[in-house]
Amino acid sequence: MAGLKVEIKKENLVYKRTELLTDNTMHYCPGCSHGTINKLVAEVVAELGIEESTIGITPVGCSAFAYNYIDIDWIQAAHGRACAVASAVKRLHPEKMVFTYQGDGDLAAIGTGESIHACNRGENITIIYVNNATYGMTGGQMSPTTLMGMKTTTSPQGRDSSLHGYPFKIADMVAHLDGVSYVTRQSVHTAAATRKAKKALKKAFEKSLANKGVSFIEFVATCSSGWKMSPVASNKWLEDNMLQAYPVGDLKDI
Amino acid sequence: MEEIKLMKGNEAVAIAAVRSGCDGYFGYPITPQSEILETLMAEKPWETTGMIVLQAESEVASINMVYGGASCGKRVMTSSSSPGISLMSEGLSYIAGAELPCVIVNVQRGGPGLGTIQPSQGDYFQAVKAAGHGDFDLIVLAPSSVQEMYDFVYDAFDLAFKYRNPVLILSDGAIGQMMEKVVIRPQTARKTNDEIIEECGSWAVTGKRGRTRNISTSVELDSVEQEKFNEKLQAKYKTIRETEVRFEEINCEDADFVIVAYGLCARISSKVMEMGREEGIKIGLLRPITLLPFPTERLNELSKRVKGFLVVEMNAGQMVQDVRLSVTTDVPVEHYGRMGGIIPAPSETFEALKRFINKLK
Ligand SMILES: Cc1ncc(C[n+]2csc(CCOP(=O)(O)OP(=O)(O)O)c2C)c(N)n1
Repeated sequence: MAGLKVEIKKENLVYKRTELLTDNTMHYCPGCSHGTINKLVAEVVAELGIEESTIGITPVGCSAFAYNYIDIDWIQAAHGRACAVASAVKRLHPEKMVFTYQGDGDLAAIGTGESIHACNRGENITIIYVNNATYGMTGGQMSPTTLMGMKTTTSPQGRDSSLHGYPFKIADMVAHLDGVSYVTRQSVHTAAATRKAKKALKKAFEKSLANKGVSFIEFVATCSSGWKMSPVASNKWLEDNMLQAYPVGDLKDI
Repeated sequence: MEEIKLMKGNEAVAIAAVRSGCDGYFGYPITPQSEILETLMAEKPWETTGMIVLQAESEVASINMVYGGASCGKRVMTSSSSPGISLMSEGLSYIAGAELPCVIVNVQRGGPGLGTIQPSQGDYFQAVKAAGHGDFDLIVLAPSSVQEMYDFVYDAFDLAFKYRNPVLILSDGAIGQMMEKVVIRPQTARKTNDEIIEECGSWAVTGKRGRTRNISTSVELDSVEQEKFNEKLQAKYKTIRETEVRFEEINCEDADFVIVAYGLCARISSKVMEMGREEGIKIGLLRPITLLPFPTERLNELSKRVKGFLVVEMNAGQMVQDVRLSVTTDVPVEHYGRMGGIIPAPSETFEALKRFINKLK
């Protein structure tokens, strides 16, 4: 909005864009949760004042380019391997905040091994897991977390358990591991949910900074393009379907 | 006084890692190289130099841990044997694509598949032609003694940081397992974080204190930019070819026939050379120390005055193709090799050489 000057009186200011977000235009589709979650990460890092000592690991998937939006040091990892990368980075830089940011294809399909083992070793990292039940970047294929009956380009008749098994609840799985201290499931489909999610994210980071083992935060997320729905319909569908299969709340907090 | 120890090739790699100031090793057990991880775990360098050692859940994880550590400007390495190196292909490509320094050791065993745990040189092509997808080169060093297993860890890290490129030490199960005397160097201090920031600050991911952010990545969706990057890589590889070729030559000045062999086969071939010389056949030996870059020019020079090359390898004939590509004359180039983990004996190799020579008469 070039040329347009908006003046907000200090007492009326309820929300300010964090300076840790860069000026780059986000490439995420309208209605996608990644943009909101990227922003939450930026806000939490800024509020904790750790932008100079935080290293983020991006995955392969729509959020591979999150490094364009948050002004910290980043490593872009191979598909599924972010947790292996983060394990090494954190061990070599124990004083730094190290987190991964991964989709459900990245974390719960190709990278299941690396993710579970980083959790089991109790690496002092935060794993941000964005579960939109599909492979967004490659055009909406089925993922391990795709809901029963859900249509995708590789399950055009709807997910059928006899063919594809069942929605993979990896957060529930890692909650059982001794190396993991905090597992929570959140969403950002409403302003209230987003505020709660931010609190949880901050707690996850604080636990990592205190070397409490893995903090695992799942965001139940939308993929309007992959789901072939409008942004509004996506949010509704998330509430009616995704949150039934993946209910929000803490799964572990020690 | 010099510190000299009797040790296995694999142990030499581990001790060299610690002594050279390596920051991190990540590996997964596989015969015939598990002693590298075992020795490191027994040495506990995290209590002395601060080096970290981590047993990964797979070679895929190992190489991606290396990717992470290398992204931080740390001196990091992994080791494996043939099947494990295959699993590292994608990671190696990412490391080359992000222009990161690191060291990988392949203590080769025979294949294909699970194959045998006995020594082999069957991974030559993989090392020098196709370590992973996309246009990239490793730098490949081939030790032929336990001392070189030790020394090449230092050389590999130097080259890796000089060129910001992955360096592979291509060894084999025999060199890894055999014991020899090794001269050990005094401890080199690990680089401090401040030293790393000073030396690698333009690219290393260390937390963006006092500078704009660094991003370690290999992705570029704009083809024009990607091609520019490919050209930059190729220019680097050309510099490496022009500056870093290393080889050892014995008795080539007057040789009629030159054996070309690396690693264990070079040791066998030097015996063959002696046997030949005793019978009055003028044999020389050229041992490539860098397999990539390859001693192309020297082989071509020699091809103008020798009567033939015999390439001795523990494989079906791999390096022989590079020797043929190196020579511009029509001098015959023959291969003698054993596979399956069989080490060629000097006597059978000498017979092969004599058959080759007789054929030329
Ligand atoms: C080794 C490898 N296999 C496959 C791909 C192709 N690929 C790119 S992104 C992606 C899926 C990403 O889905 P997800 O992790 O759920 O993230 P999203 O894009 O939905 O955020 C796949 C399969 C790849 N880049 N590398």
